[in-house]
Amino acid sequence: MADQSSKMAPAIELSGISKSFGPVQANKDIDLVVEKGTIHGIIGENGAGKSTLMSILYGFYHADSGTIRINGKEIKIPDSQAAIAAGIGMVHQHFMLVQNFSVLENVILGAEGGAILNQGIALAKAELQRLEDDYALDVDIDALIEDLPVGLQQRVEILKALFRGADILILDEPTGVLTPAEADHLFRIFEQLRDQGKTIILITHKLREIMAITDDVSVMRRGEMVATRKTAETNVEELAKLMVGRSVLLRVDKKQATPGDEKLVVKNLTVKDDRGVVMVDDVSFTIRAGEIVGIAGVAGNGQSELMEAISGITKPESGTILLDGKPIDVNGSADPAILRERGMAHVPEDRHHVGLVLPFAEKENSILGYQGDSAYTSGLFLQMDAIEADAKEKIDQYDIRPPDPGLKAGNFSGGNQQKIVLSREMERDPVVLLIGQPTRGVDVGAIEFIHRRIIEMRDSGKAVLLVSVELDEIRSLADRTLVMFAGKIVGERGPDASEGELGLLMAGINDSEKAGVEA
Amino acid sequence: MELIFGLDVLNSTIRLSTPLLLAALAGLYSERAGIVDIGLEGKMLGAAFAAGAAAFTFNSAWAGLFAGVAVSIMLSMLHGFASITARGNQIVSGVAINFVVAGVAILLGQKWFGLGGRTPQLHGVERFREITMPGSEALRDVPVIGWLYSGILSGHAVLVYMAFLAVPVTWWILYRTRFGLRLRALGENPAAVDTAGISVTWGRYRALVVCGLLCGMAGAYLALGLSAGFVKDMTAGKGFIALAALIFAKWKPVNVMFAALLFGYLEALGIRMQGKVLPLIGEVPVTMIQALPYVLTVVLLAGFIGKAIPPKASGIPYVKER
Repeated sequence: MADQSSKMAPAIELSGISKSFGPVQANKDIDLVVEKGTIHGIIGENGAGKSTLMSILYGFYHADSGTIRINGKEIKIPDSQAAIAAGIGMVHQHFMLVQNFSVLENVILGAEGGAILNQGIALAKAELQRLEDDYALDVDIDALIEDLPVGLQQRVEILKALFRGADILILDEPTGVLTPAEADHLFRIFEQLRDQGKTIILITHKLREIMAITDDVSVMRRGEMVATRKTAETNVEELAKLMVGRSVLLRVDKKQATPGDEKLVVKNLTVKDDRGVVMVDDVSFTIRAGEIVGIAGVAGNGQSELMEAISGITKPESGTILLDGKPIDVNGSADPAILRERGMAHVPEDRHHVGLVLPFAEKENSILGYQGDSAYTSGLFLQMDAIEADAKEKIDQYDIRPPDPGLKAGNFSGGNQQKIVLSREMERDPVVLLIGQPTRGVDVGAIEFIHRRIIEMRDSGKAVLLVSVELDEIRSLADRTLVMFAGKIVGERGPDASEGELGLLMAGINDSEKAGVEA
Repeated sequence: MELIFGLDVLNSTIRLSTPLLLAALAGLYSERAGIVDIGLEGKMLGAAFAAGAAAFTFNSAWAGLFAGVAVSIMLSMLHGFASITARGNQIVSGVAINFVVAGVAILLGQKWFGLGGRTPQLHGVERFREITMPGSEALRDVPVIGWLYSGILSGHAVLVYMAFLAVPVTWWILYRTRFGLRLRALGENPAAVDTAGISVTWGRYRALVVCGLLCGMAGAYLALGLSAGFVKDMTAGKGFIALAALIFAKWKPVNVMFAALLFGYLEALGIRMQGKVLPLIGEVPVTMIQALPYVLTVVLLAGFIGKAIPPKASGIPYVKER
């Protein structure tokens, strides 16, 4: 086996690839060999340079230096056209599909087979049918993309690449938007593709996927390729250590929760979106002081709408909410400002658009929503000195880097931006803390810090509602976990729930008889 | 009844719709490719001036058309440079074109012809003359058919027929050709086009060439068909009405034709009603009729008549994401 692969030229051979964006070196002298007919994982934290490297391979960026060999032959890849010609296909993290086009139109875009569409369409249909049959990639080719669930949209992306004759498929974080069941199906497709001789590169930051599906794995850290291993000869701990350069605690140490009074009571809450579709469907739950309630679920099952309704950003269709025992006027005066005053702090899911004003300075962001507070104003004017002193204090406490209150929020890294929001919301000593996706796009070092802060909030008697699509995060932080599926809470589990159990619930499969929803 | 649906009104509806239709189709190519074009007005005005000047100088309507189209395409490329290559704000670039052309046309007109900014009166072959369709005289007295064929369809300048022919042609290009598929994709998700290995920049420039061509025809028709020469500010907001028609038509070619006809009809009616006194109403408020296209568009945008969803990527310069 080893003998055979050494005779065959590797599918991809990168040597000495470097790439800088201004002062940031995204890739440093990268070497990578990917053998033909294998599934090769590339793992690393966010910002480790994985996507940049693959974008160079796909002709999206030009490397500053280094060489690329495909099937043993050195080539230049100035643009995506050249990459496609070399047999490379890429499925991007954000799908490159035209939403109001049919599947067929999306697949043939750029490979139409003639100036007039009719010429190519019959051939394209036949070829697509063959691909769908060969790789079990069933999709209705006349359906519009916008009507398809994300799992199917991803199949269209894979079909697109195969239709262009790709022998090497690069997939960038393909499972981020999928349910566990959909992800499993995707992995079966990978195996089928590999068995038919295709080479697959899987970019991910999820160790579980690497262990489950890959033949080889390369680890990237801060722009460098730090190791390549046979997957069978390594383990999760070693890979995690390589990724961050030190061991990380995958589980957070915490004491048993000691729940107190009911601080947030949500009863029969129903929320519709602006199209009138029910996004949150008759949801009820209670959070007590000193406990963390996690809401797990695949993104898009109503978690965001639930958060927005509770925080007063949107008005629910019906239902009641009690904050610290007193009702919130959900359909009238409840707006985020009033709720904040009553002790409801909110760390929004989308910090770029809701949590921060990116072109504003850090210190200005650190008082957003509290800018009318008497500590920050005198008469009509802001007290810039007081605001700056306050910001500096938070920067110290939360280790926000660089420690410059005058720097624009947009110039901080994801982890530090999140710390700015957290410091603003947590330091107000709230009664209830709503946190959405606390560690999305945040580096591992900051994740640990943020998790510890959330536990501290709980231990100081706050009621914490945590919404996250990262199951690991929910499992390590939450004292109770509610699973949302299609707008409903389909189950509640304690802190010991297994990943498989929660995964099934997230996919809407409610096997257990004790799936009681707390009223 | 005769006043509202008479031969005169319908006939001038066709004429007045033509520049709107050509300009709206021009905007359609641009906006479906993701470039907002608020400079239709300026391009049309520039084309009208160039057409008037060239037709007089070379003593030929076709020379005028050629010059009008050339100027319009040049302005379109300027807009392209600002919004595609330099990734500038497309609204600002379009507005700038409108202002610059309004000034420069009069400046050059005065310098060349000394008539206060207008071009000399055009005669004979310097204009596009009416084409009488075959058999229209013979059919004139046949009921209905004669009224429609001889009265309304026959007797327009060649650009009128080209404009209406451009509707099915545009539909076919948009939905049945590679160029059209890529054009529509550019307006919705340019990143999808880029990752398919096709140049976004080149595709958008090509769309703007077509936009310039059609807009040039619209301007040339104003100076060489509807009037006999260029006069100051002769577009009088037609570029904006065309833009309104494009929105009203939800960026679809066949709808664009109906929207242009509707707005053209309102204009024809407005002219016809000038100074007329109706029972009960009194003197007809012509300005109200003239304002109707804008009112209708606002009503549409407010969501009373379905929803007008523009191409998703229009107005956004394409930058490869990091």
